[in-house]
Amino acid sequence: MIGLEGIYGITGAMFAAFALCQALDGAWRSALFWGCFALLVGAGSYLPDLYSGALVLVLAVLGAMGLKPKPVATTDAQTRERSAASLGNWLFLPALVVPAITFAGTLLLPATHLVDPKQVTLISLGAGALIALAIAMAMLRASPLRAVQEGRRLVDSIGWAAVLPQMLAALGGVFAAAGMGKVVAGLVVGAIPMTAPVVAVITFTLGMALFTFIMGNAFAAFPVMAAGIGLPLIVGKFGGDPVIMSAVGMLSGFCGTLLTPMAANFNIVPAAVLELSDRNAVIKVQAPTAFILLAANTILMALFVYHR
Amino acid sequence: MLVLSGIAVVILGFALRLNPLIVVVTAAIVTGLSAHIDFLAVVTMLGHAFVANRFIAIAWLVLPVIGLLERGGIRERARALVGRIQAATTGRVLLAYLALRQLSAALGLTALGGHVQMVRPVIAPMAEAAAERIAPLDEKTREAVRANAAAADNIGVFFGEDVFVAIGSVLLIKGFLEQNGIVVTPLQLSVWAIPTALIAFLVHGARLLLLDRRLKRRGAA
Repeated sequence: MIGLEGIYGITGAMFAAFALCQALDGAWRSALFWGCFALLVGAGSYLPDLYSGALVLVLAVLGAMGLKPKPVATTDAQTRERSAASLGNWLFLPALVVPAITFAGTLLLPATHLVDPKQVTLISLGAGALIALAIAMAMLRASPLRAVQEGRRLVDSIGWAAVLPQMLAALGGVFAAAGMGKVVAGLVVGAIPMTAPVVAVITFTLGMALFTFIMGNAFAAFPVMAAGIGLPLIVGKFGGDPVIMSAVGMLSGFCGTLLTPMAANFNIVPAAVLELSDRNAVIKVQAPTAFILLAANTILMALFVYHR
Repeated sequence: MLVLSGIAVVILGFALRLNPLIVVVTAAIVTGLSAHIDFLAVVTMLGHAFVANRFIAIAWLVLPVIGLLERGGIRERARALVGRIQAATTGRVLLAYLALRQLSAALGLTALGGHVQMVRPVIAPMAEAAAERIAPLDEKTREAVRANAAAADNIGVFFGEDVFVAIGSVLLIKGFLEQNGIVVTPLQLSVWAIPTALIAFLVHGARLLLLDRRLKRRGAA
């Protein structure tokens, strides 16, 4: 049975290959940074947690010092224009193969018992990336070394932001262990007198957005806020509908996700991927939509949650 | 209460634009210490949680594919396609992508899209090419167009995926309610994601059309 470990091994090997190229070019900080990350991803299951933690500290220090990558040679604009004209829309094929295989694998693989059913989406995603890579290499007649160098060119342009989502997930773990959720929920509930049903709704939706803003993740906020306000007050005391409370409450949390640098995967990583000079540029674009939708969710819930 | 000091570190660190990696690690250590967890235990906890969340790193496996496609001219091809469609504007390109992203996510196809696979090689170049038809782009406007492409991807997937019955958040809610003795079906939950999905499309779609007007005014000035 294929589990996640194999995919972690391949991902780790890819980052190790990036690190090796960087070391050969004399970009030592980059080589060390991606080397540590490769070790964490590829061999994480075999490292004692304390050693992994030490490697995480090394990543943070190197990230703060600056990775100083060396430029990687790629094709010039004229060559690319020519290649684009000759390959045409076939160029989009490998990029579409990834989601197609992820989707098909998620649907079909569980029946085969070849893979761990709980991890089927991630395994399909990994398989999709590898198949797409094979197609792209054949189409462009590129060597494996070329593929590694082009991948490294992208990872250099993204830089430390590539490891931030995992770093924030780790911080979320520490927050949870320290009992952060109860403290924040207690503050929100304690600060506002919940005498009117509509006040409970407003506190809940804004609380979901605020707590998501802090944690960077609506999934972490929902159990805390629903247990603190949603179930005991909106559903219990005022007799609201648990379905509407939950569904619209979660979507209120998503409005918080649009606003926070803590949701690095969605907000900070794309700024790096698109090579924007302002790392908060994506959040700034999303902010008006997020506030309007938060208001809309609050009104939706206030109107419908108490009418069954 | 002291536990909240970690949040203060994060807010201060981000506000001062310090490197987020060092801010996050410092916040973890401060939070741990204020909850009376000793330093080595916090480092252990960080290591454990970082490794436990390795699944996030799998998405980076697409980097060599996208790098090769860029070498082969995928961005140039995306630009050429937009160049052929007379009616294409930045706002309309992104509106079409928003609709596609929302609809496919609502059908469970959340993998169709994403910043590395789709926005950087295809959508952003298309949006930029459409904007360049009005006037050459300065760096600030180019970055604004790119940021809008990333935002359309996020908003599309966030307010589309909950309409699908088997997405993580719907299952999380179902599990949470069940633990508290309330049994609901995923379908009930996903039906209540539809109103917000529609409002999200209308609100953000309207903003994208306003972006077109801003780009046009800039071209006229």
